[in-house]
Amino acid sequence: MLRAALPLLGLPLAAAGAAEEPTQEPGSWGEPPPGLALFRWQWHEVEAPYLVALWILVASLAKIVFHLSRKVTSLVPESCLLILLGLVLGGIVLAVAKKAEYQLEPGTFFLFLLPPIVLDSGYFMPSRLFFDNLGAILTYAVVGTLWNAFTTGAALWGLQQAGLVAPRVQAGLLDFLLFGSLISAVDPVAVLAVFEEVHVNETLFIIVFGESLLNDAVTVVLYKVCNSFVEMGSANVQVTDYLKGVASLFVVSLGGAAVGLVFAFLLALTTRFTKRVRIIEPLLVFLLAYAAYLTAEMASLSAILAVTMCGLGCKKYVEANISHKSRTAVKYTMKTLASCAETVIFMLLGISAVDSSKWAWDSGLVLGTLFFILFFRALGVVLQTWMLNQFRLVPLDKIDQVVMSYGGLRGAVAFALVILLDRTKVPAKDYFVATTIVVVFFTVIVQGLTIKPLVKWLKVKRSEHHKPTLNQELHEHTFDHILAAVEDVVGHHGYHYWRDRWEQFDKKYLSQLLMRRSAYRIRDQIWDVYYRLNIRDAISFVDQGGHVLSSTGLTLPSMPSRNSVAETSVTNLLRESGSGACLDLQVIDTVRSGRDREDAVMHHLLCGGLYKPRRRYKASCSRHFISEDAQERQDKEIFQQNMKRRLESFKSTKHNICFTKNKPRTRKASRKKKDGVANAEATNGKPPRDLGFQDTAAVILTVESEEEEESDSSETEKEDDEGIIFVARATSEVLQEGKFSGSLEICPSPRIIPPSPTCAEKELPWKSGQGDLAVYVSSETTKIVPVDMQTGWNQSISSLESLASPPCTQAPTLTRLPPHPLGTEEPQAPLDLSSDPRPSFAFPPSLAKAGRSRSESSADISQQQELQPLMGHKNHTHLSPGTANSHWCIQFNRGGRL
Amino acid sequence: MGSRSSHAALIPDVENIRRETGFSQASLLRLYHRFRALDRSKKGYLSRVDLQQIGALAVNPLGDRIIDSFFPDGSQRVDFSGFVRVLAHFRPIDDDTGVRDPKQPEPLNSRTNKLRFAFQLYDLDQDGKISRHEMLQVLRLMVGVQVTEEQLESITDRTVQEADEDGDGAVSFLEFTKSLEKMDIEQKMSIRILK
Repeated sequence: MLRAALPLLGLPLAAAGAAEEPTQEPGSWGEPPPGLALFRWQWHEVEAPYLVALWILVASLAKIVFHLSRKVTSLVPESCLLILLGLVLGGIVLAVAKKAEYQLEPGTFFLFLLPPIVLDSGYFMPSRLFFDNLGAILTYAVVGTLWNAFTTGAALWGLQQAGLVAPRVQAGLLDFLLFGSLISAVDPVAVLAVFEEVHVNETLFIIVFGESLLNDAVTVVLYKVCNSFVEMGSANVQVTDYLKGVASLFVVSLGGAAVGLVFAFLLALTTRFTKRVRIIEPLLVFLLAYAAYLTAEMASLSAILAVTMCGLGCKKYVEANISHKSRTAVKYTMKTLASCAETVIFMLLGISAVDSSKWAWDSGLVLGTLFFILFFRALGVVLQTWMLNQFRLVPLDKIDQVVMSYGGLRGAVAFALVILLDRTKVPAKDYFVATTIVVVFFTVIVQGLTIKPLVKWLKVKRSEHHKPTLNQELHEHTFDHILAAVEDVVGHHGYHYWRDRWEQFDKKYLSQLLMRRSAYRIRDQIWDVYYRLNIRDAISFVDQGGHVLSSTGLTLPSMPSRNSVAETSVTNLLRESGSGACLDLQVIDTVRSGRDREDAVMHHLLCGGLYKPRRRYKASCSRHFISEDAQERQDKEIFQQNMKRRLESFKSTKHNICFTKNKPRTRKASRKKKDGVANAEATNGKPPRDLGFQDTAAVILTVESEEEEESDSSETEKEDDEGIIFVARATSEVLQEGKFSGSLEICPSPRIIPPSPTCAEKELPWKSGQGDLAVYVSSETTKIVPVDMQTGWNQSISSLESLASPPCTQAPTLTRLPPHPLGTEEPQAPLDLSSDPRPSFAFPPSLAKAGRSRSESSADISQQQELQPLMGHKNHTHLSPGTANSHWCIQFNRGGRL
Repeated sequence: MGSRSSHAALIPDVENIRRETGFSQASLLRLYHRFRALDRSKKGYLSRVDLQQIGALAVNPLGDRIIDSFFPDGSQRVDFSGFVRVLAHFRPIDDDTGVRDPKQPEPLNSRTNKLRFAFQLYDLDQDGKISRHEMLQVLRLMVGVQVTEEQLESITDRTVQEADEDGDGAVSFLEFTKSLEKMDIEQKMSIRILK
């Protein structure tokens, strides 16, 4: 199919067009081998995949072009643009080739293009919301679709009987019912494409979208039943056939769902055992989901339902089992595939429409169909909503109904189904094709274009993201339990009761079975929120630099009530994975710039502030195992981090104290602090250092890392750096803009440790695995000053005070290096440092003294810490902002390189 | 049920209860039957034991507290009107939220009252504040998985800090309300059948 079709796409691209010519040549000359050919043109061997790739490339390029103009994309949904592009391409092809031989092939569509989209939507479906509205969704999907199919079919037949359809359209009641069944189903691809750009409220979205997914079963059954009836001829249809038709509805839908759930179970179970082969985790997800689709398709069950259920069912367990990197990989691959498929579908739809040989126009039929699908959709929605509202806690109001009626978009599924019709059995096929195309175009383009203004005009409640708070999460759980309990007391076993039962069952058996133990331990929603909040705090804390330093020392940035200062873009960061439902099923597409920026910012911040995301200095050699040196890398990290901190503390003692003050006192720190330090040092395999000297910021960060480690417990697998890896590319942009730029200008070169950017990219996720404790030194490592500066400080304090020259200061510090391979590399370090001295660098003697006094008596620390923040705040943030910023600049700068 | 069920008049003091709780006749009747069914020994009131018999309540982490809420002020029995009054908190909010007589007390199913009901489940000593300790207890019930006591405490600290605005280390009802202001309480604390 693609083989035949894709050259057409290639034609406009002169290259591909030209490339096609030589395809014949090797074949025709092939007989006498003229010796060793220096150059052989083997187009035919690569033709098919080459064209597929080109195809997708064109679609992607088109997307890029569309998004160049924000204005256009904010007004016109992408699907419209793609269809129009398809039309144009199709037109060009038609003009060049004088014939249109390509269209959206049902086989490709159902086997390759549809599954990714459905999987994506199933997997990222907000399950709580989905099940909360399951009743309504099912009603609209089943009753609504049946209603639409029969009324539309019957009305068209009536139209024909009334003589409004040209007599050349040879179709009986069954034909029209068949047509009605295929045209009636709301299309998930179209709905998704349009609705995710219109941010309506969650309930509305989930109802329309859920309907479009679940009605597949009904559509498939209706279509098949009607089709076979038409093929049998209406005279031969027995009563039992009707009964069978009804029965098949259940078989197809329940069967499809069952297949999906079985595969979801298998998938969850498999991922439980992938601890040592993390690299295949994403693959497993896709393979098994696809297997579910194919299996259902094979058994002629509802494949869409199967994949939806598979995604919906497995997500919780899979997400818990697979590593964080895999999670990111799954997410991005899924989104990429879905977006890709969607793009291609719409483009092909446009191209197919040009193929006039399949068209047969009948105005009566076309207009009648258009009117009927709109009318009956609206009528059906109103009737069903009225019925549903009798049972719904929160009734769907009129505006909701308007949007639901109007959101009934038809799409590629209808088109693929109508193409599948057999012309010999359905003589009116060409008319149906034309009508379907018009309907699809009308709904996608006209309704797609107008739905946004409509939603705005009707003031439909929009969805809003708000970040989860611990309180909300906790209380939500409480409410669930309260409601379940009240239902018990009332003696009515309703939704809450069963949900509660299910959760208990899930917790007791299913989760135990399907989640690996360590994952199970940390898989609590409240804990999850807590964990996220902590990360967010860390980020926004670092983000703010020293600005939150208040004498109370209590400001937690993520606290909603006080975070006016802390309210940066970063604080919204985790909203997507937050407990609140995120309706943007393709959120990475729609809000790309914002998210990426946030991610990028966070990336830097974490880079600078936490150990974990930075364990990537060493160039990894293995391509097959990503988990090898996690431990040692981490040790190295910690070591490096400490070293860096110390260096920085040389430079700007005060900030670090401030930094210290805020964090540890407020958070879990004080309790865990000692613990964390001891632990970190133990893992470092180094003798305990003097806490007094060691930059306290580093201590805290250690705590952070410990904290996370604890949550992962026995396995060292990390729940690390939320969404960091994939955003690294956006970093440079981020750094150029906004508030960081200022600080960058002020102190352009405080970087001490040049990171190795390539490493970060080359390396696959570091993963668990217990490495040995020896600290590994790669060439990158050596860029860090491998010194124990505590001694250095003590020994060279005088020279420091006399003249601030960092290189000199560093050199003696090497003396008391712990038994450590790093020592061998030491000469590089001073060099590296000296190459990058800040011109303004100078140690104020008073500060140095303060630092020393700290180092000398650790008992003094707390006192110092009480005092320092005020001091530091005043001195640096206000008096010398440049210096104050330098500390952070270091990290931002580094992040930029990553 | 049979003939009994058609007579709402059987319920003692039915009009007053209706006015107070806003339940429909049918709901009251339904609840009354439930009440009678729970009251196994036909003593005309429910004791704690009666409610504890409900199987699912035993596994509900908040089961005990909810049972307690039926027995305010340490009383040992709850009659039908008390029973209904508690359940009235979960009646969905009426659509016609137009003019309400300002003299009348706020209906039991108002947002505030729903929240207050939840609040008093936390506030065990009923001092109008959720102390850190009380929060810890709730969290211990709610955080299902095995987190260590330390972790639990840090979650608690965090939770209290998050909601605590006046810095007294406890969550007052006002702060509690505020922390939930974005949540659709009317929907989350209602049960449809209790019209």
